[in-house]
Amino acid sequence: MDLYEHQARQLFEDHGIVVPRAEVTDSPKEAREIARRLGGRAVVKAQVKTGGRGKAGGVKLAADPAEAELTARRILGMDIKGHTVGTVMLAEPIDVEAEFYVSYVLDRTAGGFLAIASAEGGMEIEEVAATRPEAVVRVPVDPAEGVTSAKAAEIARAAGLPQQSVDVLVRLWQVLVREDALLVEVNPLVRTRQGRIVALDGKVTLDDNAGFRQERWGAEEAQHHDDPLEAAAAALGLNYVKLDGEVGVIGNGAGLVMSTLDVVAGCGARPADFLDIGGGASARIMADGLSVILSDPAVKSVLVNVFGGITACDTVAEGIVRALDTVELTRPLVVRLDGNNAARGRAILDERAHPLVQQATTMDGAARRAARLARTA
Amino acid sequence: MAIFLTKDSKVLVQGMTGGEGMKHTRRMLAAGTNVVGGVNPRKAGHGVDFDNRAVPVFGSVREGMDATGADVTVVFVPPAFAKAAVLEAADAGIALAVVITEGIPVHDSVAFTSYAKSTGTRIIGPNCPGLITPGQSNAGIIPADITKPGRIGLVSKSGTLTYQLMYELRDIGFSTCVGIGGDPVVGTSHIDCLAAFEADPDTELIVMIGEIGGDAEERAAAYIRDHVTKPVVGYIAGFTAPEGRTMGHAGAIVSGSSGTARAKRDALEAVGVKVGGTPAETARLALGALADQA
Repeated sequence: MDLYEHQARQLFEDHGIVVPRAEVTDSPKEAREIARRLGGRAVVKAQVKTGGRGKAGGVKLAADPAEAELTARRILGMDIKGHTVGTVMLAEPIDVEAEFYVSYVLDRTAGGFLAIASAEGGMEIEEVAATRPEAVVRVPVDPAEGVTSAKAAEIARAAGLPQQSVDVLVRLWQVLVREDALLVEVNPLVRTRQGRIVALDGKVTLDDNAGFRQERWGAEEAQHHDDPLEAAAAALGLNYVKLDGEVGVIGNGAGLVMSTLDVVAGCGARPADFLDIGGGASARIMADGLSVILSDPAVKSVLVNVFGGITACDTVAEGIVRALDTVELTRPLVVRLDGNNAARGRAILDERAHPLVQQATTMDGAARRAARLARTA
Repeated sequence: MAIFLTKDSKVLVQGMTGGEGMKHTRRMLAAGTNVVGGVNPRKAGHGVDFDNRAVPVFGSVREGMDATGADVTVVFVPPAFAKAAVLEAADAGIALAVVITEGIPVHDSVAFTSYAKSTGTRIIGPNCPGLITPGQSNAGIIPADITKPGRIGLVSKSGTLTYQLMYELRDIGFSTCVGIGGDPVVGTSHIDCLAAFEADPDTELIVMIGEIGGDAEERAAAYIRDHVTKPVVGYIAGFTAPEGRTMGHAGAIVSGSSGTARAKRDALEAVGVKVGGTPAETARLALGALADQA
């Protein structure tokens, strides 16, 4: 789960990293009040979970509270790379003398974490990394030892960061570990003309799997799903991603569902979603999944692709039958069942004999049929 | 022969007395796995009866190993306790720990995989279906009755795609099928399995299944170019996955320009690996490659 800038800023502050004073709002009138509290001038920043805000016009300096209100009005509702701006953060302007870059990222290859740092931070860090990779240092962190003061000093020295940033590097590691983050990034980390080190902007990605031991996540979780169908699916505990096509896809296991999306696309149709009912799914999960997909008006046909391993195909079939009893099926449904209890599953669907439900014997055949039905709908 | 798991493997089950543990221990026993004990500190000394076969419960992995000579453990412990369970197994010096548990925080996986390296314990998983050597032993949740012993070695990030390919190639059969898991950090990589299959005299062909996220498949391609003489057939899932969205597996995410299915397929094809467009086509390519060898 990616955090908004203001949420990342709060985590940094909680761990003793200096950040600009700031407040968040969705109201231009309140933006004026916040600017007044911040001393008149304020940086108005769109809160969206994507990069490139500055270039898109989502970050503006307002000279006084009235201008802050106008600027907030312009930025709120703006579309930045497909993300609608719902809130803005107003922050005190900082007198920047130098900009740096620091982050800790998961290094999948090494199975650990990597410190990445550069004395050349700011908006162009990707370009620096691409054109002058020697300006960006990468230092592996031993997971058992973490980032001590000595390790932080090593990172700072290697990257050419000022001595005062060592404390920030240690605290940022504590954010990573204590908050169960997969990524913490400060860009830019700045030195002010007064010599203070301030985290001007930051990005944090939390590990969804750690929710059970991170109680404070509740509030962030609630803002996690922008899409109403995704929110509805999440409320039912379903593993669902909304896509922009017309063939609803539901199956068991992430790999098989991804593969099914590809096969549908190969048949000339576009998948409308990714929905994984998981291993050992109950009839209720299957029924819930089907009802979420059918509530999407973009869906013109539905493909159910199940290879029963732990999941039993008769249970899946019972789930489909249950869904047929509760949701009115108005679009064709193609079902492919194979593996554990497949014969019983197929028999259950045959017996129900719904006119809009048809069965296919192979994954490829089922995808072809679902794609054709969507095209001709 | 086979890789990592044979009929001689003696298997402990951590979390055997839980719901999933009970269900899958029964299935493993039915598949011929030599399950020698369960581990649960609160139920030590009790036995569990599986269809008239009594399996003892030990208080720790160490006790289980001392009493039975166990060299494999399968972990069904819930995510909150999985790290402690795997660290315990590594501390006891067990050779192989198969971590089925789904939803383990990455910081925990980083901790136990790096620790296991220091103790010499091989970790498979987490969030994986385990591995099966058909006709000999099954450590995990892979359905045993899909296929039979044979000449193909299979390594996969995905459980269900493992089953799908096992089913499509059921008439040829498999030496060992390994589900390495779809998390960002796993203990055993495609490369580890490729190396083991290359060295295994019973494996004539390797099927490798990957998916979006990370660069494990690209690194595997370089390894195949330099070290693998046996034919390899590949399949990659996730061509239609949009950037920045996690597709089910915690590690299945395209970030920026990296981790795309296309990049992985191209890397494999560049080193001579035939890559199927669908699981069915991948199976046909595998059959063709075996026919070419004969």
